[in-house]
Amino acid sequence: MTQAGASLRVSSKYLAYLVPLGAVGFALLIGAIMLLAFDASPIEGFRALFRGAFGSTDALIETAIKATPLLFVGVGITIAFRANVINIGGEGQIVAGGLLSTMTALWLPDLSAWIMLPAILIMGFVGGAIWGFIPGYLKAYFGVNEILSTIMLNVVAVQLMNYLLRQPLIDPAEIERGTRIPQTERLQEGADLPLLFGSDRLHIGPLLAVLAAIAAYILLWRTPLGYRLRAVGQNPDAARYAGIPVKRTITLALTLSGALCGLAGAVLVFGSEGHRMVTDGSTAGFTGSAGFNGIVAALFGGLHPIFTIPASFLFGGLLVGGISLQRAVQVPSALILALNGLVVIFVVSTDRYRQRLRDQDARRDALASAGASSVPLAADRGGGGEEP
Amino acid sequence: MPMMEMRGITKRFPGVLANDNVDFDVQAGEVHTLLGENGAGKSTLMKILYGLYQADEGEILLNGDPTVIDSPTTAISHNIGMIHQHFMLVETLTVAENVALGLPSSRGALTDLDVVSDHIVELGSQYGLELDPAALVWQLAVGQKQRVEIIKALYREARLLILDEPTAVLTPQEVDQLFETLRQLTTDGRGLIFISHKLHEVLALSNRITVLRQGRVTGQATPAEATRESLAEMMVGREVKLAPDKPAVQVAEPALEIRDLEVYGDRGIVAVEHFDLEVRAGEILGIAGVSGNGQRELAESIAGLREVTKGSISIAGTDVTNHRPIEIRDVGLAYVPEGRLKDGSIADFTVSENILLVDHRDDRFLNRGLFDFGAIREHCQGLVDDFAVKTPTLETPVRSLSGGNIQKLILARELEGTPTVLLASQPTRGVDIGAAEYIHERLVAQRERGTAILVISEDLDEVFGLSDRIAVMYEGRVMGIVDPATATREEVGLMMAGVSPD
Repeated sequence: MTQAGASLRVSSKYLAYLVPLGAVGFALLIGAIMLLAFDASPIEGFRALFRGAFGSTDALIETAIKATPLLFVGVGITIAFRANVINIGGEGQIVAGGLLSTMTALWLPDLSAWIMLPAILIMGFVGGAIWGFIPGYLKAYFGVNEILSTIMLNVVAVQLMNYLLRQPLIDPAEIERGTRIPQTERLQEGADLPLLFGSDRLHIGPLLAVLAAIAAYILLWRTPLGYRLRAVGQNPDAARYAGIPVKRTITLALTLSGALCGLAGAVLVFGSEGHRMVTDGSTAGFTGSAGFNGIVAALFGGLHPIFTIPASFLFGGLLVGGISLQRAVQVPSALILALNGLVVIFVVSTDRYRQRLRDQDARRDALASAGASSVPLAADRGGGGEEP
Repeated sequence: MPMMEMRGITKRFPGVLANDNVDFDVQAGEVHTLLGENGAGKSTLMKILYGLYQADEGEILLNGDPTVIDSPTTAISHNIGMIHQHFMLVETLTVAENVALGLPSSRGALTDLDVVSDHIVELGSQYGLELDPAALVWQLAVGQKQRVEIIKALYREARLLILDEPTAVLTPQEVDQLFETLRQLTTDGRGLIFISHKLHEVLALSNRITVLRQGRVTGQATPAEATRESLAEMMVGREVKLAPDKPAVQVAEPALEIRDLEVYGDRGIVAVEHFDLEVRAGEILGIAGVSGNGQRELAESIAGLREVTKGSISIAGTDVTNHRPIEIRDVGLAYVPEGRLKDGSIADFTVSENILLVDHRDDRFLNRGLFDFGAIREHCQGLVDDFAVKTPTLETPVRSLSGGNIQKLILARELEGTPTVLLASQPTRGVDIGAAEYIHERLVAQRERGTAILVISEDLDEVFGLSDRIAVMYEGRVMGIVDPATATREEVGLMMAGVSPD
């Protein structure tokens, strides 16, 4: 019952996995043309990009940290997509998770680190869950389109953040100084995400995100709940026929999806260098657009939690390396965004081809095993006829 | 000289030989039937004739001249017409507009719908295809829509008509009427290719019969020398039993009781009303009726998928009216829905995942909250073997199985654990004869185990062959209940059309 199905022929299976890498290759090729258009050397540029992203321990750490919110969001998006719910609300859910965990740390300053750490993570999870539950419930019970409602809730979340960080949660020192930068005080040290390997930068965030991906994989393919999520996503009629509560499952899918994005928010706050929550007035100022880039990572990972791990790392690398590229060859930063966009377009548009490769194999197997009589016929589906 | 002759037609698709050196011809004034199972190559052959596919080898002769037919437009220009099984009509336009669609107007830039209308009326009275040219297509009954399709082809001066399973959606009376029209078309020197798998219809209408199996011509016959059994044997390649042997079973107390049921359809119109029925343990009750007379709504309301607005349903004495689907299943209902891939299975899920559709929460398949894949595999392999489901592995997506195998898979899942009541909707629609035979045997075997079985079917042969009692459904009500041993098809056909038995 693994996703790809054990029966797939090896050759096509690998080919199917190579398709997204080919898509990246094409995107880079077009990126090279764009660099040439700016009179910049693509070789030099891409070398800087690679070095900046993966070329040193520091670079790898930076990439891992950048990849962390992408992975949380990507996994969350995957869960929603598997239930055929499209969650564009990652940004708002990150903010909601960040806010609730920040408030927890502010209002319960005396907790010991052992309780504090789980508490902020749980509250990040809950914050995002609430922000996912709302559009989930609206979709399941009132038929409200989740794409619209999640986008709208992004706007609500950012205004809520701006208000809270300017008024009730603002650092008292900012008021004293009269600078009024919308940020909290430095949150208590007990809530700092623990650092790994004696590094002064690498915190447990990436590890938590990988664990979340593995947990999501187990949830989706090893538990009855995950089965129901996927069944509802693939065929709600059949799910209803089998007695699966479709509406509740849809609500749950968006709630879980939001919860994982909320975790990204908590990690962004407590893993940040300033150890505080800051707003520049926009969502992206806090999230770094992880709520959107995570969707790209999820699609690139074939909407599979495990493959989303390397996909997020790669995209984290693109984001980090993009800065180096920009510095090295002096091109506008928008070029990096364009490059990311190209990857998305190529990956998404080759997805159909990837699916066809898988289908072909499955059908060939069916033909081979069913023998000559009563074989599934492509003819019925607009294709062929029978095997001789 | 035949008006159309296909010689040595071969068509390959990747990994598949759809037509293998097929010869097929039609004389003016005859009905030549093309008979075969799903995927035997009938559609491929007809698509080649109609210009939708190109043959890899072989040639097509029209009135003796080799002709290349490279598109439907070419086919139409050679007076070939095709009546598709699924109507190709624009529902929001009128009959005349549909007929005129795509044709040049005799008035250039202006429409000539009045001319078209006159001609439609003329053709209609000539061939018994009366239609109101101004009627909107969506308001027409199924049989009338089919007339529009035929008129469309005649309007384009078709001399050779391909009819792809034209009777699938008609009542027995409508079928008789259609056959009358078709015979009249042949007396005018037209040639007809009739595609069907309903053997008694084939015997009633054809002048000649050609049987295809696995892309090859496996037999030719005339109705005079053929029987349903001999045709079925040519289609399948072995002897088949068209009706299962049914040992006598002692029927017991009612297992499914429906009282004064009222259910609304999707459009908010009453679909089932004043419906009373009892199915007893150990009997098969067949519901005959033309599609769209409330059968689907009835089935869905029994399964808890559609709200009951009045009346009651009980299973084994327990009231289950408007209970949740899962609760109704727990009381002992098994349900084979009419939509194999719509409701009954998840196309992209694997064979084992589909077997678990209902039971995935069962403790048998869980180990500390996680799926126990060993137990699942054992269970699924057992069912797949028991029901002879042909699948390469348990991990194959159901989408790549044939209709018959998907149906067997669903039946395997539903019959597991001996249900009190089995509700089977169109259990063999669109499946090959071999699988249908097998499914019928399993239903009869289940009856001997004391399950009360309610079969809903549009296939009268099936209803007559399987049932201990037949209830005829018309406009949401039971028109009458008859004994298949004594009732005739005509009687049942009249009741299906709403004529009371008395």
